[in-house]
Amino acid sequence: MTNSTIINSTIHIFLALIMPPLLLGVIGKTKAAFAGRVGAPFLQPYYDILRLLHKGTVFSTTTSWVFRAGPIVALATTAVASLLIPFGAHPSPISFDGDMILYAYLFALGRFFTMAAALDTGSSFEGMGSAREATYSCLAEPTLFFALITLSRLSGSYSLTGMLSNVSSGAWLYAGASLLLLIGGMFIVLLVENCRIPFDDPNTHLELTMIHEVMVLDHSGPAFAIIQYAASLKLFVLGAFFVQLALPFATGSPFPDWGIFIVSMLLLAVIIGVVESVMARLRLVRVPQLLVAATILAAFSTLLVIR
Amino acid sequence: MSYGMKTFYNGTSFRRDEIPVPDNDTFFQSILDAIASGWRVCSYFGVPNSHGVTLYCVMSARGGNGALGISATSVGRSFPSLAASCPQLHLFEREIAEQCLTRPEGHPWFKPVRFQKPLCEGTGLWSESDGAGLLPAVMEFYRVEGDEVHEVAVGPVHAGIIEPGHFRFQCHGEEVFNLEIALGFQHRGIERALIGGPMPRTMHQMETIAGDTTVGHGQAYCMNLESLAGVFASPRAETVRGIALELERLANHTGDLGAIAGDVGYLPTASFCGRIRGDFLNMTALLCGSRFSRGLLRPGGIGFDCDAAIADDLYARLQAAREDLSGAVALLWNTPSVMARLEDIGIVTETDAREIGLVGLAARACGLNRDVRRDHPYGIFRMSQIPVVTASTCDVAARTHLRWLEAERSLDFIDEQIRHLPRGGYRNPMKEIAADRCAVALTEGWRGEICHVALTDSQGHFERYKIVDPSFHNWNGLGLALRNQQISDFPLCNKSFNLSYCGFDL
Repeated sequence: MTNSTIINSTIHIFLALIMPPLLLGVIGKTKAAFAGRVGAPFLQPYYDILRLLHKGTVFSTTTSWVFRAGPIVALATTAVASLLIPFGAHPSPISFDGDMILYAYLFALGRFFTMAAALDTGSSFEGMGSAREATYSCLAEPTLFFALITLSRLSGSYSLTGMLSNVSSGAWLYAGASLLLLIGGMFIVLLVENCRIPFDDPNTHLELTMIHEVMVLDHSGPAFAIIQYAASLKLFVLGAFFVQLALPFATGSPFPDWGIFIVSMLLLAVIIGVVESVMARLRLVRVPQLLVAATILAAFSTLLVIR
Repeated sequence: MSYGMKTFYNGTSFRRDEIPVPDNDTFFQSILDAIASGWRVCSYFGVPNSHGVTLYCVMSARGGNGALGISATSVGRSFPSLAASCPQLHLFEREIAEQCLTRPEGHPWFKPVRFQKPLCEGTGLWSESDGAGLLPAVMEFYRVEGDEVHEVAVGPVHAGIIEPGHFRFQCHGEEVFNLEIALGFQHRGIERALIGGPMPRTMHQMETIAGDTTVGHGQAYCMNLESLAGVFASPRAETVRGIALELERLANHTGDLGAIAGDVGYLPTASFCGRIRGDFLNMTALLCGSRFSRGLLRPGGIGFDCDAAIADDLYARLQAAREDLSGAVALLWNTPSVMARLEDIGIVTETDAREIGLVGLAARACGLNRDVRRDHPYGIFRMSQIPVVTASTCDVAARTHLRWLEAERSLDFIDEQIRHLPRGGYRNPMKEIAADRCAVALTEGWRGEICHVALTDSQGHFERYKIVDPSFHNWNGLGLALRNQQISDFPLCNKSFNLSYCGFDL
């Protein structure tokens, strides 16, 4: 292991720990700007998490260990996934053939526990939220896999680092159409997996319309802080995947590349904020249609590289 | 045709012995006949007395002559229910049973309304054997049976900061089969407190029947007291009352437009309208020092004069607010994702709306052309008309669009009135109110028709003061709007009606 690998891995872990809530802050600021408001400070998500960590937690007597495990498993799986994904042009700290399958199903495991914890409360709202989450994640999964197949075919590699480091301006020259379709599909997946408008509204207080937020209604205090942090980390990890597809710029020297990565991530947050500002939520019955459309986009991109 | 009723005009009073008191059969048949020919029930209530209950029915006549009708009858421990053939009566009959302990025989949906104590001595028809009162929403709810049917209970404590109400959904997956609404959590006993009135605090109680409808309810009360005392409000006072009523409409419609945008997750309009609503509230504060019109309306006139400086300031602010509101609302119509979200959701058909007796904006969105300001003009609206707008699509989009159209017309109205305020005094001294009289006042609050009926006894005190808030007519409309809709659309439908809990609960 060389010195540069150690430094890069340290920066990788450091960013994964520190940066995710900032993306939420940037999204919030962007939305505030569109609404003509000053908005909460960029660091507000950090303050929120700190505030929640200082609070006590209430556990319903009807819940079991599953309810308590929900937030922890969600955070643990997302944290492991963050070690598998390369940030920008830098290889990920852990990389092996087939890690893309682990990457995809780490999210599934986290989601499973979040849904199980929601069902554990016995609340009808949380049951509805779990049902919606299960439906939409089923429909979002094929898109992710078509994307992974396409990338794997393009790069001849079965690990995320190999696949994503292959996407460069060069790849755009000979597989541009395929990558363009992929970006369309993956952006939809990014929004739906992170419960952003137009699929879900993270700021709504209407318990009957929520998807992700309704599943965590009964969590409080530090457990809720963990959920908030895990949600921002998920946005960060999926965002890193998307950014590497959409903005594959690299200088070749490590530190400017870290700078490019950070700026790209912030840019992504601004784009999400803009999308949330200029359109309304979809009717829930329309969500599956859009997810199927995303799958079709990704499937076509696979066809284009296989022919 | 008057169907054996005494006909009179909005805002007038008459001797109680002028009210015809036919026998039961004639009374109930005349209600049925009148409804069948297109009349509408404004208020239907009981007055308990030593030998039973006297039922009074106030109806709005069909046709353009602006007449109202009233008749009464005496019943004992029970009376025949008309709800099965006239659904618009169903809640009134339950209310009579709850307040006066007389049972509507054959009522298809016999449940408490507000879970309140009766107005007369005795135990309620639903009370436990130990005489204890009922708790709100403790009742048998309608249930749909089946393996795949699930029940969702929402409230009375909600995730947002709204009033308490309990909603029970019977769902099949995401689809709502039935919604039952249980209210009564905000019951304050206003009607009971008014017996023996008016008292100095009565005006303040009237202003807070529904906190967002201060002018609507306040004016109805002022009209009743003025007609009972034979006092007239000056033209200047009537004009300012009209302006305040339309400002109230503007503030609430603007707030609702923003809230509907917020519910579909469309941020710009939600944020802008939140602020512009504040601008309209501040204009109200300009008139009387209170953002919610408290203290503006007083029997005999208004509490504060509107001098030229205030009028000029109001006019200038109104122009600015109109521009801001037009821009903010135009964003809604120009964003396809918003319109797609609003269209074809929460439909109440015109037939249903007529049968259940919807009033106000919710009725006009179903194509029913009813507006008290035109049908039974009062105050300034006798001199100056506001055009009535209706929609035909009956959905959330219709109710949203109508809010904007009505806001435009209210802006035009204030624009014109504020520049031509009549001269003269603003408050005439009140006199003693007359004994043994009945006064009826209807106003068009921003939600719809408000009906106040005052009956005075031989000493000139209120023997009964009946209040009907538009929400009392309209809550059923929300229940119907949810049939076969997605449960996730409930908040949006609810916001498009935006009914009052405390106005219903009294």
